[in-house]
Amino acid sequence: MSASSESMPTPTSRTASPPSAARASLLSWLGVAPFLAFALLFLILPTVLLMAGAFQDAQGHFTLNNIVRLFDDNIVSAYKISLEISAASAILGTLLGLLLALAAIRGGLPAWIRPTLTTFSGVASNFAGIPLAFAFLSTLGRMGLVTMLLRKYLDVDLYASGFSILSFAGLTLTYLYFQIPLMVLIIAPAVEGLKDEWREACESLGGSALAYWRHIALPVLWPSMVGAALLLFANAFGAVATAYALTGSSLNIVTILLYAQIHGDVLHDQNLGYALALGMVLITGSANAGYIWLRKRSQREAA
Amino acid sequence: MKPTATSRLGAWIAIVLGSGYFLLPLIATFEFSLKMKRDGYSFEAYKTVLTDPGFQASFAYSALLALLTILVGIVLVVPTAFWVQLKLPRLRPLIEFITLLPLVIPAIVLVFGYLRLYGSGGWLPLTGNERGTDLLLVFGYVTLALPYLYRAVDTGLSAIDVRSLTEAAQSLGSGWFDILRLVIFPNLKTAILSGAFLTFAIVIGEFTLASLLARPAFGPYLQLIGANRAYEPAALAIIAFLVTWAAMGLMQVVSRNRAALGADEH
Repeated sequence: MSASSESMPTPTSRTASPPSAARASLLSWLGVAPFLAFALLFLILPTVLLMAGAFQDAQGHFTLNNIVRLFDDNIVSAYKISLEISAASAILGTLLGLLLALAAIRGGLPAWIRPTLTTFSGVASNFAGIPLAFAFLSTLGRMGLVTMLLRKYLDVDLYASGFSILSFAGLTLTYLYFQIPLMVLIIAPAVEGLKDEWREACESLGGSALAYWRHIALPVLWPSMVGAALLLFANAFGAVATAYALTGSSLNIVTILLYAQIHGDVLHDQNLGYALALGMVLITGSANAGYIWLRKRSQREAA
Repeated sequence: MKPTATSRLGAWIAIVLGSGYFLLPLIATFEFSLKMKRDGYSFEAYKTVLTDPGFQASFAYSALLALLTILVGIVLVVPTAFWVQLKLPRLRPLIEFITLLPLVIPAIVLVFGYLRLYGSGGWLPLTGNERGTDLLLVFGYVTLALPYLYRAVDTGLSAIDVRSLTEAAQSLGSGWFDILRLVIFPNLKTAILSGAFLTFAIVIGEFTLASLLARPAFGPYLQLIGANRAYEPAALAIIAFLVTWAAMGLMQVVSRNRAALGADEH
């Protein structure tokens, strides 16, 4: 079979004439052609067209007008709230997820805790979207269980004190429900990679627990932590369903704004929509570029 | 070295607080879902939801779409991952990069692009009729599931000796189709199954794509009920959680069986 000749380290493959080698490599490329075509049609082309549309007016002429309009107060504030919620839920999710992973993996707890946490994290990190919003409304909404219990037993009125599930704090608290488990899943391998010998070596040299964390554990975990935080950030930034189900279209975040633009809830302006999408892709794209760069770095250090 | 008593106490505190945060909303939702009747707890909300034709139709629609997504995803991903490992290892970083792109490009941006490219004014007006839109939705779901599905299959492939198996099959006279069907797929069964369950969990509650393509899926149904009813949303949240739990549980069972098999071999 001509296609397999290049993979076999036999003398014949080395002496194969150039035309048949070229044909073999063309055949090899045909093997991935369906995948590349699919990616082009349903992933790359739709995105690239939007990006191009951000620089066009309704007649298809080049313009920077859409980009300029991104700096309208309303849109800037939507980006700002989106960025804040994403950053808050990413940073808190990273820290709390790391703590949970450390406790379960290195805390000396019974052996069943770890697989239980991993399984639950698998479920919870996928329990996003609309059902999650319902769950938090039942918990911390005006009639929610926790709201009622606090009022009844501790005489604390959450909503009178300014809290609302529809607020920045409420949304961040809700997002943490899928951010923390995601962090546990991402960071578990790195936490596992902390070798017991390092701690022993640190102790035998007279180092305290603090010294171990400052000079050994944190520097080892740091790239994975920052990388995970960036991934969590992008995860929160792109979320639509949870916020939409919680707040309807009342909360001014970018995904809701874009949803309304596409859905035609507001004055329909496609090209402004393209610019909104461009801004989102730039933000999630740079977060992910940072993640990939850090992952490469931590892999190189581990090697 | 064993953890000290204080660090173990800290670990317990972290686990207990964490469990509280994760269990409380579930308990609260469950409790709320039982309160539909004024005189005490009942499963009335579940009864209302489960007998609602809208629930049945949208859940069945999403389940069917999830199965189609899994099917298309497997047919797309398995041969590609196999071929890349066998013939084009140099392409691996590129393919991996492409499969991770759906994590970078938010779903809402993706579907916006679809509407422009495949909308009524586009070059291929898939959204012109319902079947076409369904097809577009399935392709969109395949795209969303790509990072998870590809990774599962690629990891599964790395665990077997693809080259030897392929060459053995070739020396016995098998063509590529037979190699994939008789050699690669059976060896990847567990990896494919775990990818499939995850895909199912992703598709069944998906809202953005289905809503903006205006298809009657479970996600938009959830949103509609949430906006109009009081107790049914809580019941639906519990049902959705159980479905996710079932999909993830099956995934765990499948991969544990694989781990057990692996342990036997050594």
